[in-house]
Amino acid sequence: MSEHHIRNVLEAAMLAAGKPMSAAELAQLFDEDGRPDKAAITTALDELVALYADRAIELKETASGWRIQVRANYAREIGRLWPERPQKYSRALLETLALIAYRQPITRAEIESVRGVAVNPNIVKTLMEREWVRVVGHRDVPGHPELLGTTKTFLDYFGLRSLEEMPPLAELKAMADLNPQLDLPVADEPALLAVPAEAVDVAEGVEATEAVEATEAVEALDAKA
Amino acid sequence: MAKPELKLVPTANEASDSYESATPSQAEMPFAVVQGEPITQLPRDLYIPPQALEVFLEAFEGPLDLLLYLIRRQNLDILDIPLADITKQYMNYIELMQELQLELAGEYMLMAATLAEIKSRMLLPRSTDPTAEEADPRADLVRRLQEYERYKQAAETIDRMPREERDTWPASAEVDVRRPASTLPTVTLQEMIVAFRDVVARAAMFGHLHVQRERLSVRARMTDVLAAVEGGGFVEFLRLFEAEEGRMGVTVTFIAILELVREGLIDLVQTETYGPLHVRAAQAPRLRLVDGVSPVDTGPVENDEEIR
Repeated sequence: MSEHHIRNVLEAAMLAAGKPMSAAELAQLFDEDGRPDKAAITTALDELVALYADRAIELKETASGWRIQVRANYAREIGRLWPERPQKYSRALLETLALIAYRQPITRAEIESVRGVAVNPNIVKTLMEREWVRVVGHRDVPGHPELLGTTKTFLDYFGLRSLEEMPPLAELKAMADLNPQLDLPVADEPALLAVPAEAVDVAEGVEATEAVEATEAVEALDAKA
Repeated sequence: MAKPELKLVPTANEASDSYESATPSQAEMPFAVVQGEPITQLPRDLYIPPQALEVFLEAFEGPLDLLLYLIRRQNLDILDIPLADITKQYMNYIELMQELQLELAGEYMLMAATLAEIKSRMLLPRSTDPTAEEADPRADLVRRLQEYERYKQAAETIDRMPREERDTWPASAEVDVRRPASTLPTVTLQEMIVAFRDVVARAAMFGHLHVQRERLSVRARMTDVLAAVEGGGFVEFLRLFEAEEGRMGVTVTFIAILELVREGLIDLVQTETYGPLHVRAAQAPRLRLVDGVSPVDTGPVENDEEIR
């Protein structure tokens, strides 16, 4: 079977399927004798990526598999195809979603404690209706509150392969120089008050036992923060 | 998301007044520049309609968001909040909300209490015991503010991420719907006939039978039989029947024949055992049937004399 044929079949399948196709699903389309192996599928997909380099479409791998999509560069013009504006999500919804995405599995109470306001039930309902969020379990505490997590649909929607592809959270800065009057017992240990990366650097110069202590202390501080 | 650039007059005023000189003063960000002059305060006589304030307050996602706004508005470091100042500003907002009789969420009141508590703790003398683990009273609030800001930023990042329906659309192509996916089996004529027979059988169950009594009179049929044997010759018994008439018709004919025999108007003749029956007009008066003997059992003519 020629590489050209494999590539065209994959392209046709992705255009016809109406959903992302995994490499395994794509391989299944071929006759059993002469079915391309995983490497051949990967090669063909790479070829398509190269072929689309100058095109308005691109090959994108999301959590559910591969799909061909319109490049975001053309969103302004293409968005005008539909009279209705794309849905805008409220800050409350996006913050709730961010907490679920980065801190999953998470309970409603935990979301509330970070945001400082009660979780609007409609927001969770909307997120579930969109199938971005689902109940992944129950915390083993009184009341067995629901633990919320994100779904594959969420990753697909935002063009992500996995949660690791989420942009990193802003780093938390430690409270350095809190109060000049405050005579903190750790004041003579500057490593503890610095940001973790720097702290480790400083600790390297110190004796081994101290370094371990310092690192642990920094970790504790980080965890607390 | 940009905050509405509304400044509350008393807040801004008191902020600069009460600001402790120990902290390096940070200028408030101007919300407008008029003829080169940065404007940081709204005119005192500016009337802010309550509805506008309501909208303004609704733009906050809770007390942490409001606090963050107050801090960021003045370019203050989140790690070193001038608590007295921020608390005062925060309380001003709360009072305004109460004056306007806005429904104040409990969270806002809780935060006000927390701020007041931290402020009072800041005023207390510190423990001189060096072993006592004493944290900055603001530490917990700072941690919460930082944590909240982190996810607030994450939410903004998520909102900017390219997403379906807004930034990208899955590409698709129409597929010709004629799909010869499976090969069809060949149907033999026999199978069709068998299938059709079943159909007919099933259809028959739903058919209506109209039963109607045929107006056949035994009398009329007797006349017909007599006419058939008229002339004295033998007529084959079976010929008297017309199969086309159906069961009813032949039964009527049979009864008519029996009746004629009983009345002695015809003779039935069988020439040999199991041989064909013949009918002829009765040769009266020589023939007379004995009562009780079935006309069919009547023997051939030769025996007539003996019976008699």
